[in-house]
Amino acid sequence: MAIELLKGNEAIAEAAVRAGVDAYFGYPITPQTELLEYMAKRMPELGRVFLQAESELGAINMVYGAACAGKRAMTSSSSPGVSLMQEGLSYIAAAEVPVVLVDVMRGGPGLGNIAPSQSDYFQMVKSAGHGDFKPIVLAPASVQEAVDIMDLAFDLADKYRTIVTVLLDGTIGQMMEPAELPPMKPRRTAAPGWALTGAADRSKNMILPFRLQVDDLEAYNLQLQQKLALIAHSEVRYHEQMVDDAELIVVGFGTAGRIAQTAVRLARRQGIKAGLFRPITLWPFPERRLSQLADDARGFLVVEMNAGQMVEDVRLAVGGQAPVKFLGRMGGSLPMPDDILAAIVKLDQASTRAQPDAPCTIEGPSMPLKHFVSVN
Amino acid sequence: MTIESYSEAIVADRPKALSKTQSHYCPGCLHGLAHRLIAEVLDELAIRGTTLMVAPVGCAVFASNYFECDSVVAPHGRAPAVATGLKRVSPDKIVFAYQGDGDLASIGTAEIIHAAARGESITVIFINNAVYGMTGGQMAPTSLVGMKTTSSPFGRDVKTMGSPLKMSELIAGIDGATFVSRRSMHNPAEIRKAKKAIRRAFEVQINHQGFSLVELLSNCPTNWQMTPLESLRWIETRMVPVFPLGDLKNAAANNGLKGV
Repeated sequence: MAIELLKGNEAIAEAAVRAGVDAYFGYPITPQTELLEYMAKRMPELGRVFLQAESELGAINMVYGAACAGKRAMTSSSSPGVSLMQEGLSYIAAAEVPVVLVDVMRGGPGLGNIAPSQSDYFQMVKSAGHGDFKPIVLAPASVQEAVDIMDLAFDLADKYRTIVTVLLDGTIGQMMEPAELPPMKPRRTAAPGWALTGAADRSKNMILPFRLQVDDLEAYNLQLQQKLALIAHSEVRYHEQMVDDAELIVVGFGTAGRIAQTAVRLARRQGIKAGLFRPITLWPFPERRLSQLADDARGFLVVEMNAGQMVEDVRLAVGGQAPVKFLGRMGGSLPMPDDILAAIVKLDQASTRAQPDAPCTIEGPSMPLKHFVSVN
Repeated sequence: MTIESYSEAIVADRPKALSKTQSHYCPGCLHGLAHRLIAEVLDELAIRGTTLMVAPVGCAVFASNYFECDSVVAPHGRAPAVATGLKRVSPDKIVFAYQGDGDLASIGTAEIIHAAARGESITVIFINNAVYGMTGGQMAPTSLVGMKTTSSPFGRDVKTMGSPLKMSELIAGIDGATFVSRRSMHNPAEIRKAKKAIRRAFEVQINHQGFSLVELLSNCPTNWQMTPLESLRWIETRMVPVFPLGDLKNAAANNGLKGV
C-alpha cells in the first residue's frame, strides 16, 4: 500500500470498506456528506449494500436491522443528525448488536453551523441515549489515525456486541492529508449464532430490546454493566508525548489534542516541562493513567473545541491532586498554538504542588475575551 | 346392525408457525386471530424457516413469543426501517413487519411511506383498531370522528383533532407499492378474505414484486369498553363505512428485485 493524499471523510469510508463493512445506511449532513457520497459509489461496485435513508431515524434503524442479520453495518452523521439517532442507539445497545457510527462533529446547539466542533463529547460519551449504556468512543486526531481506527471499530463492535462511535470534528473529516490505507480484508461469511437468519433447522432467535419483569431488567442491566466494566478494563487507548518528566500536562482529544502538541513543543523550547496527553478512547476514558500522571504533575490544562466537556472527566481522574484548567473555543473556532502556549505559561507561573487550588484565570492574549471560555 | 367405518381426519390444528404458548392479549382481542392467519400463510407457503419478523412497540410487542420464526422488536414506528435493513442484507429471506395504528399511522408515518416509496421488498401487516391499546385507549390517527377515548374524552373533534388518517389509500397512491389491501376480521367471510390478502402479500414478496401491505380492521374490547361481540358489530357498522374494504392496489407489475 502506498501513502496517498486522502480526504478524511473519504478515507474513513474506504477504510470501512476494507474492514469488511457489509451495509451502509446514511442521510446527508455537512460536514460528513462525502462519506455518504463515497459509499454511494463504492458499495454497489463491490456488490454491497448502500441506502440513503429518509432520515437519521430511518438510517439508524436500518443499521439496527442489518446488524440483527449478523452483518457488519454502519452509518455516519454529524451532530444534529446524531441527536436524531439516539433513540435507535439506545435500542441497539439494549439489543446488543454490533454497530459502527461515525460522528463528524459540527457546531451546536441547534442547527449551529457546519464548522468543526467537539461539542458532542457529552452526547456520545455521557448520554448516547436513554438508559444505562455507553458506546465505545474512539477519537482520531489525523486522517491516518481515522483510517486505522475503522478496522479497530468494527472488531471491537463485534467482540463486545456493542456500539462503537468514531468521534471526530469537521476538520479531520474535511482535511486532506497523506495517509496509507490498509489492504482489503475478506468479508465475514458465517453469521454469528445469535443473528436472525431464519429458524429453519434450529429454535428461533429473538432480539428483544426490553425485559418487562423488574427482576429480569435488573439482571440484564447488571450483565450489561459487567460487559462495560470488562471494556473499561481492557480497551483504554491513549497517546502521550513528553510526559515522563512533565510538570504540566496538556490534555486534548482529536484536533484539539493535535494543536496542543505544537503548543507543548513551543513550551518545551521556553524551558517549561510540558507534556501532551491525548485520549484516543473517550469511553473508556484513560482515567487510571491520568491519575498516575497527577501524582507528579503540578497542573493540567485541558484544551477542547467546546465549552468544557471532557475537562469534567479529567477533573474526576485527577481527583484534586493538581489544578485542572480549561481552554476552549466554540462555534467552529480552533484554539491556536500561541493561545495554548500562553495558557501553559500562566499555569506554569500559578500552579505549585503546595497550592493545588491556587486561582488561575486563563486568558488568551491574542483572542478577544468574548470568544474565550475560562472555567474556574 | 352395521357399523360404518370411517377414518379420522384433522380438520383444524395449530399452525406450525404459531407458538404453543399462552397469549397475553385481552379476551376477545383480534390480534390472536391476525397472528393465526399469518401463521397459516407461513405454513402454506412453506416459508416459516426463512421468515424474519419485525415486531412493533404496542400490544404486539410480545409477538416474538407467538411466532416460530426469528424476530426483532423495533423502536416505536420504525419497523419498516428495521425491516429494510434486514431485507437489504438478507434478500433470500422473507421479512415482514407487524404494526398497529399508533405505530404505523402516527409516529412511524415517515418510515412506512418511504419503505413503500422505495418499493422495499417487505410485507407489512397493519392492525387498525382506531385506538392506542397498550397505553390504555388514547386517540389514534385512525380514531373515528366523535370517538371518545381517554385523550379525546369529549369525542374526536375534527376542528381541533382532524379526521381519521386513511393510510392504505395514502400508500396505494405510491408508485413503489405493489399490493395494498384493507380487510376486516369481524365475521368469518371477511376473515377468509383477510387471509387471502395476507397470502397474496407474502406471494408478492416471494416473487420479488415489491412492497405489500395488508391493513386489518381490528377491535379493542377493553379500551372500547364493549363486549367482544359488540366490538365486532362496531367494526362492521362504524369502522367499515370510514375504512372501506377491498384491494386498493393490486399491481401485477414487477417493481424489480430490491437488495443485493
